[in-house]
Amino acid sequence: MSSVVIETHKLNGFYGDAKVLFDIDFRLNEGEVVGVLGANGAGKSSFLKAISGLMKVEPGMITLRGEAIGGSEPGEIVRKGIAMVPEGRRLFPSMTVEENLKMGAFAGRKGRWDINSVYAQFPILKEKRNVPSTSLSGGQQQMVAIGRALMSNPDVLMCDEISLGLAPVVIKDIYDSLPNIVSEGMSVVIIEQDVMVAQRCSQRLYCLQEGRVSLEGASEALTRDQISQAYFGI
Amino acid sequence: MIETITQGILLGGLYCIFALGLSLMFGVMRLTNIALGDQIIISGFIAIGIASVLQLNIVLIGLALLPCAYVSGYLFQRAVLNPTLSRDPVPSLVVTFGLSIVIQNVLQELFSANPRSLDSGGLNTQSIDLGGGFVIGVLPLIIFATAIACTFGLQMLFSKTSTGRSFRAVSDDREIAELMGLSAKKVYATATGIAFCLIAIAGLFQSMRTTISPADGPSLLLFAFEAVIIGGMGSFWGTFAGALILGITQQIGFMFDPAWGIWFGHLVFIIILFIKPNGLFPKTKG
Repeated sequence: MSSVVIETHKLNGFYGDAKVLFDIDFRLNEGEVVGVLGANGAGKSSFLKAISGLMKVEPGMITLRGEAIGGSEPGEIVRKGIAMVPEGRRLFPSMTVEENLKMGAFAGRKGRWDINSVYAQFPILKEKRNVPSTSLSGGQQQMVAIGRALMSNPDVLMCDEISLGLAPVVIKDIYDSLPNIVSEGMSVVIIEQDVMVAQRCSQRLYCLQEGRVSLEGASEALTRDQISQAYFGI
Repeated sequence: MIETITQGILLGGLYCIFALGLSLMFGVMRLTNIALGDQIIISGFIAIGIASVLQLNIVLIGLALLPCAYVSGYLFQRAVLNPTLSRDPVPSLVVTFGLSIVIQNVLQELFSANPRSLDSGGLNTQSIDLGGGFVIGVLPLIIFATAIACTFGLQMLFSKTSTGRSFRAVSDDREIAELMGLSAKKVYATATGIAFCLIAIAGLFQSMRTTISPADGPSLLLFAFEAVIIGGMGSFWGTFAGALILGITQQIGFMFDPAWGIWFGHLVFIIILFIKPNGLFPKTKG
């Protein structure tokens, strides 16, 4: 059995006084792709924010290979090997494509990914290396966002709705690149609203509803009815 | 008229050095440092103090002042300004406004209200005769060259170095910059350290060029602020251009009447603010 990389234990999260995550138990194994499904406001992005350090939680609520990391600073989390592709890409608008990619290497982790391997993965970015990131198409911007996260050589890559606002053919291209990315033992968390995409690309699925886990299981084993019920609560 | 414009350009060089610290802090942190003018004045008084106690020449005073300015800026940001930074600009404005009053009162207590100046070793009286009665002061020329060097240096720092990339990253999106492994608090402190070096240079030049007194700070802040707004927030060459426009305008005003120069500058500032609220060469949003 593969080893557990990230685990959450009764994870509770708050925005001010408002509780948005309720007792979430989650597990991510080494080399595994796990999908997290849910409607708008289900708590998917908040869940990723808690893991990445952008939402403060109790230390023991999140562990990385057994080490409590909950509530750590985002910089510390990325240096420990967890990188995030944020919802809406959120590239640095004042920077070129290459400058954006280099920002990902600030954490200083060594490994397979550097500027050349990212360009090998996404050749179009090499052609556009010196253009402002804001001038790229949505799909190309998403490649930059993924490449920027890879530049930190993470053990865990967390992708927050990378299909949002993109054409189906572009979404397919981006998800087709995932097997190559995870081929060397990297674990991936995919946040998605698109049930079919999440089910196709992941080995296990979690469904969130109003900040709680409403369904969990192997992606292949879950039926459409089960997911619909857990997704919409009807 | 050419002489007036030349003097205006040289005066603009000094305003540029006043304004670069403000432009840097606003560009990186969206923070308006109301105490900037008083920090320039306190730097001038520190330079005068060092000169009178240690009998050092201007270059050595400058070399002593810069590392002290960087460290004090870094620590000031970490201890005082970082806790005030949020989407709401009011806390940082209130803190720097309060600091401005504290600095003025402390300087009044320590040095009295009497104006003082830094002995430049005759530099402020030396000039170059270009013929036909056209004379340029050596000190204003040095100040202008320093202004170009500082503007160029800051632009290079921002566009070519990883420190500059980190400044731009926290300015663009602090949350995502932190997800890249940056500590925004350290980046802000580094930026303020550099801004304080520029403030120290401004204080050194201002105290060499003319007399300074504890209450002078607000007017220097006003010139710096006008230069930044005319040029456009967050753009260093824009700040440089804004400072030159302000300097030239003031000199033209002085040409008509010695009492008109300052308000001529204010007038042009208001006109540009009315026509182009983001300044002539804006680089930052919002």
